[in-house]
Amino acid sequence: MSAYAVDVATLARKDVLLELRSRDTLPAMLLFVVSALVVFHFALPADASDRAEIGLFWIALIFTALLGLTRAFAAERDQGLLDGLVLAPVDRSAIWAAKVISVVVFLALAEAVALPAYALFFQPVGWQLVAAVALADVGIASIGALVAAMAVASRSRELLLPLLFLPLAIPVVIGGVGASVSENPASFLGFLGLYDAVFAILAWASFEYVVTE
Amino acid sequence: MSSPNRAAAALAIAAAGLLVGGVALAIFWAPEDVDQGFSQKIFFIHVPVALTAYAFFGFGAWKALRLLSTRNSRYDLESYTAVHMGVIFGLLTLVTGSIWAKTSWGQWWSWGERQLVLFLIVFLFYSAYFMLRYSTDPGPRRERNSAVFALFGVALIPVSFLAVRIAGTILHPTVFTHDDGVAMPWEMFLAFCICLGGVLALAATFYRVELAGKRIDESLKELREQLA
Repeated sequence: MSAYAVDVATLARKDVLLELRSRDTLPAMLLFVVSALVVFHFALPADASDRAEIGLFWIALIFTALLGLTRAFAAERDQGLLDGLVLAPVDRSAIWAAKVISVVVFLALAEAVALPAYALFFQPVGWQLVAAVALADVGIASIGALVAAMAVASRSRELLLPLLFLPLAIPVVIGGVGASVSENPASFLGFLGLYDAVFAILAWASFEYVVTE
Repeated sequence: MSSPNRAAAALAIAAAGLLVGGVALAIFWAPEDVDQGFSQKIFFIHVPVALTAYAFFGFGAWKALRLLSTRNSRYDLESYTAVHMGVIFGLLTLVTGSIWAKTSWGQWWSWGERQLVLFLIVFLFYSAYFMLRYSTDPGPRRERNSAVFALFGVALIPVSFLAVRIAGTILHPTVFTHDDGVAMPWEMFLAFCICLGGVLALAATFYRVELAGKRIDESLKELREQLA
């Protein structure tokens, strides 16, 4: 493994380990996503279409991700860890890559609960939805890790993050919903892949400017 | 300070001349649209304003890129001013587009109109830019965060364009397509180009005046801090 990959793996391991010890974020995400699905069941009229349910699933997913992202840099902020990380002899983009990995891990765990819950409450889950969710996770985490770092540097942290994140997440929702609703899911999945690639490269390249003083 | 002022004045005169001439040509000389009649004339303002907004967002991103590569904080104010102007022109685009939608289709907002939906996404994104700026303390950190966010905007525009386009094929049936942009009569096209020139000149005037104002604000703030 190259030195860069070792750095990324070490940093990602730190995040996962912190979460395993403190259990701050993940239980909240799990409870939130299930509560949101239950709320949505009552928000929908009894004769609502399957397509509306798909849309609500994506809303639940986006807001659960937002919940996780709000906490993504909590440890770094509370303990002044970010300064230490920036001083450490690692490439700054490795900090971003590690954060993306840990966010994807948390999201995947939340979805491991959310998808069966959705299948139980609403309708069976197709392969298109699983593929779209997997692709969306990468995009959400790439964008999210960057804007979360921006929001942490501001005065109104928790308030700012959704404002920065939601406009950027609109294409993810379009791609995700389209993949499940359309007769031609491949084009929407392809679009999600393109979104991931464009914003991952952009975030990877620009993260350094966001964290250095 | 005299030469920038003179340039702004020249631009303002050019904008006034081109806009008056362009609008007059559009109303009295260019042929009336067969389907929409007189209401189609808003096209000569709406589309130039929309293109100007895009130009401002692109310009702001270019200045942001210059900031990140040179670390010269002069570009921060220029990028901010460009985004600020872009948001104002974006709001104007939404308003004029909404008026056009009302007169030709009878409703103020149509999710089937892709360009407007795209504009709404972009407008929300750049409004968040202001929130980011206002809630971060001034300094190099804010300059760079704003610059990175402005850069993301130019990536979001084509990606959202694609998203709205493929979504339009299934989520909302495409009722209206106006792909006849190139096929318009040459009189119409000429009037459009003059209007575009006028709006661009107006935009450049606004940009210069606003940038000068923001610079004065900055130096005033510095003076106040020195006095305090």
